[in-house]
Amino acid sequence: MTLLNVDAVDVHYGDFQALYGLSLHVQEGETLAVIGANGAGKSTLMKALAGLMTPTNGTITFDGRDITRVPSYKRVPMGIALTPEGRRIFPSLSVEENLKVGAHSGRPGPWNLASVYEAFPLVADRRDRVGVNLSGGEQQAAAIGRALMSNPRLLMLDEVSLGLAPVVVEQIYAAMPTITGNGTTVLLVEQDVNQALKVADRVQCLLEGRTVLEGTAGSLTRDQIASAYFGI
Amino acid sequence: MSAPATVGPVKVRRATKSSWIGLAVIVPILIVLALGPYIISRGLQQNLVILFSLIVLGTMWNLLAGYGGMVSIGQQAYIGIGAYGLVYIADSLGIDPFLAVPVAVIIAGLLSLPISFLAFRLSGGYFAIGTWVIAEVVRLITMQIDAVGGGAGLTLTALNVLSPGRRIAYVYWLSLAAVVIAVLVTYLIMRSRLGLGFTAIRDDATAAGSLGVRVTSSKRIVYLVSSMGCALAGSMIAANTLHITPESVYSVQYSAFMIFIVVIGGMGTIEGPIIGAIVFYALQQWLSDYGVWYLVILGVLAIVVVLLAPRGLWGLLSLNGRIKLFPVGYRLVNPLERFAVVKTKEPAA
Amino acid sequence: MDWLNAVLQGLLLGGLYALLAAGLSLMFGVMRIVNLAHGVLAVVAAYMGYFLVHNFHINAFLTLIVVIPVMAGIGWVLQMGLFNPSLKSGGLAPILVAFGIAVVITNLLQAFFTADTRSIDAGMLGVQSIQVTDTIYIGVFPLITFVVGVLVIAGLQVYLNRTRDGRAMRAASDDKDAAQLMGIDNRRIYAKATALAIGIVGIAGVFLGIRTQFSPTYGDATLIFAFEAVIIGGLGSLWGTLIGGIVLGVAQTVGAQINPSYGVLFGNLVFLAILAFRPTGLLQKAVNS
Repeated sequence: MTLLNVDAVDVHYGDFQALYGLSLHVQEGETLAVIGANGAGKSTLMKALAGLMTPTNGTITFDGRDITRVPSYKRVPMGIALTPEGRRIFPSLSVEENLKVGAHSGRPGPWNLASVYEAFPLVADRRDRVGVNLSGGEQQAAAIGRALMSNPRLLMLDEVSLGLAPVVVEQIYAAMPTITGNGTTVLLVEQDVNQALKVADRVQCLLEGRTVLEGTAGSLTRDQIASAYFGI
Repeated sequence: MSAPATVGPVKVRRATKSSWIGLAVIVPILIVLALGPYIISRGLQQNLVILFSLIVLGTMWNLLAGYGGMVSIGQQAYIGIGAYGLVYIADSLGIDPFLAVPVAVIIAGLLSLPISFLAFRLSGGYFAIGTWVIAEVVRLITMQIDAVGGGAGLTLTALNVLSPGRRIAYVYWLSLAAVVIAVLVTYLIMRSRLGLGFTAIRDDATAAGSLGVRVTSSKRIVYLVSSMGCALAGSMIAANTLHITPESVYSVQYSAFMIFIVVIGGMGTIEGPIIGAIVFYALQQWLSDYGVWYLVILGVLAIVVVLLAPRGLWGLLSLNGRIKLFPVGYRLVNPLERFAVVKTKEPAA
Repeated sequence: MDWLNAVLQGLLLGGLYALLAAGLSLMFGVMRIVNLAHGVLAVVAAYMGYFLVHNFHINAFLTLIVVIPVMAGIGWVLQMGLFNPSLKSGGLAPILVAFGIAVVITNLLQAFFTADTRSIDAGMLGVQSIQVTDTIYIGVFPLITFVVGVLVIAGLQVYLNRTRDGRAMRAASDDKDAAQLMGIDNRRIYAKATALAIGIVGIAGVFLGIRTQFSPTYGDATLIFAFEAVIIGGLGSLWGTLIGGIVLGVAQTVGAQINPSYGVLFGNLVFLAILAFRPTGLLQKAVNS
């Protein structure tokens, strides 16, 4: 069934329009990758989905419910979790405390401290370290773990690879099967197209706030993706 | 919106239509006010001096908070220094009182410099309380000094050589001059590069700093000017009431008045504090029968204004900043525009 | 010996100041609000205590059963009704709103209770002392105040570090947008923090009322003492607030020992000295000041 449905959404930053009638849907259990160059509108989309920004037009429906104007803190108990761009680990809290805050909404499910530590050994090793003292890769793993702690039905990952060494990115994406294996739906935004194609079922490419390409990961050629990505 | 088709060179102008009107209105008002002692009673003159001191205080607090972004509840330290400065210098040192005023103001300025180094260690709400603590320290130290009357205070006697009518008139003119000076200085600062720097600091201090705006120095200059202005007001108050005590001139009530005047009148504009002072003064007179309730009403009014009409009365009257009586902004003007084939849309003044 | 006595009294006084300052420190730590109405709210609690003792003849300490929840409720309402909107407005709004609240409350107290000074009668406990040596006596009430001060600060630390809401407050303080993404409703978390802060102020206010004569304008001095304790100890550290309170208390009592009118002035001067030479306070916090 369709878990998330975005219907002709416009998003503005003041007078500047970032998304033009964008539509998107994610089936329960699948992994959708949204790709595109800088400024394509990917992060804006994530913010609108997480409730940090309100669309000026269009609707967002989650599990049949219209959540377009629902504030972000109310979306978490419904089962939506976002790992934001830039990680945003709480700097003065330890890793373990960060994870505990992730469980603030108290949603039941398979994810808890023990299972997160198992999925991300990197995080387990650093559990007592304070957020500000973590490396980029450690923060990213911790941020994903933190989002998982709310036992989401839809996990959204915003630019996981940004600023990280390729080796570290691989390590983090290695946990994906464990996440999707539990039935979690994943919507990820990525600049690293290769990595996105490796883990996604479907791909949607954005350019200047509009969808320019969409299809299953296997059916699209490199050339198609490249032209869509760069707009040529 | 398509790009404008310009015919000639574009010029940068400071004045707007409303500011020319403002000038046309202000000058006659000032002339009428200057004739005050010849046409109004002594009691009214003394009342107007109170109003003028409120305008000076409001303008100076606005300089600090509205332009400089620093909320101080300790400017009364300088009011007291100005008051005590005048009385001490005129009476004990025998200097002509009208000369004593600028001297007191300069002393306040000199004292505010080291104080600023201390106060600037704090920011935001803690800066506010810190300035208050400093004012309290100044008050407590003053009370220990017998030469200025300790806790009992001082009485200004140097003006007794004049007849009461003359004395009141001279104090009135001094106060009117003080208002003009305070507003003029604020206007010149805000019109200058310093003022432009402040609008940048207000938006984003770090970005402004990276562009070469000297953030801390700018704030310090504004703090100095504001302190001197408050000292000037302090001198006016001393000359008007003649007897001063530490409780009266160092009172934190002055800070409350300054905040109300600027918040209700309109922060960040020159017109705002003037309107605010007039409204505040009127409210003070009107509600004087109700004792402390007038402060309750003012407090509630201030909260309501901050949350619902943050640009204050002047913000509402000036249609959200579109009318400017004092030309501190910039606008682009193309003098040959009327000949253009495609008309451009005139930006708001 | 007088000096030792003075220092001891100052130490115990520090407990009261720490109690007074804890709420101020908490509100600033969680939501960056410097509550200028903090001092006058302590006076409100003192009046409440006075009213209950005077009219219903309850034991002064038992009034806390009423005062604490009422003050916490006032804190909640203030945050939801005025401080939260002011945070949305941003800029100078929170400080100005807090100032407005302080003025309104002070003058309302003045209107209803007049400027007369009052004190809460705590009966025997208010005046008893324990003899430690020949010349040193410790007042029972100051000792109780000190112990309560330490317990409250310790309790707050535990609350912030070990409970779900406490963690949420610290998270919101670090990054309020990310906190929202965790499902934390910032407005309610802030309201809880303020309720906690003002509830503690309730305790401090009643103790203050027992200890000294107070009047509506006493809120000014109270705010300054609380603020000085926070700054001396160092922003961001609750234990620092305790140390700061003690340093302030000792400075005041030692100053008063030199000359009765020097007490408050000495405290202010010590504060200014810290500001000049060690502005981050005695117990600096490494992260996120």
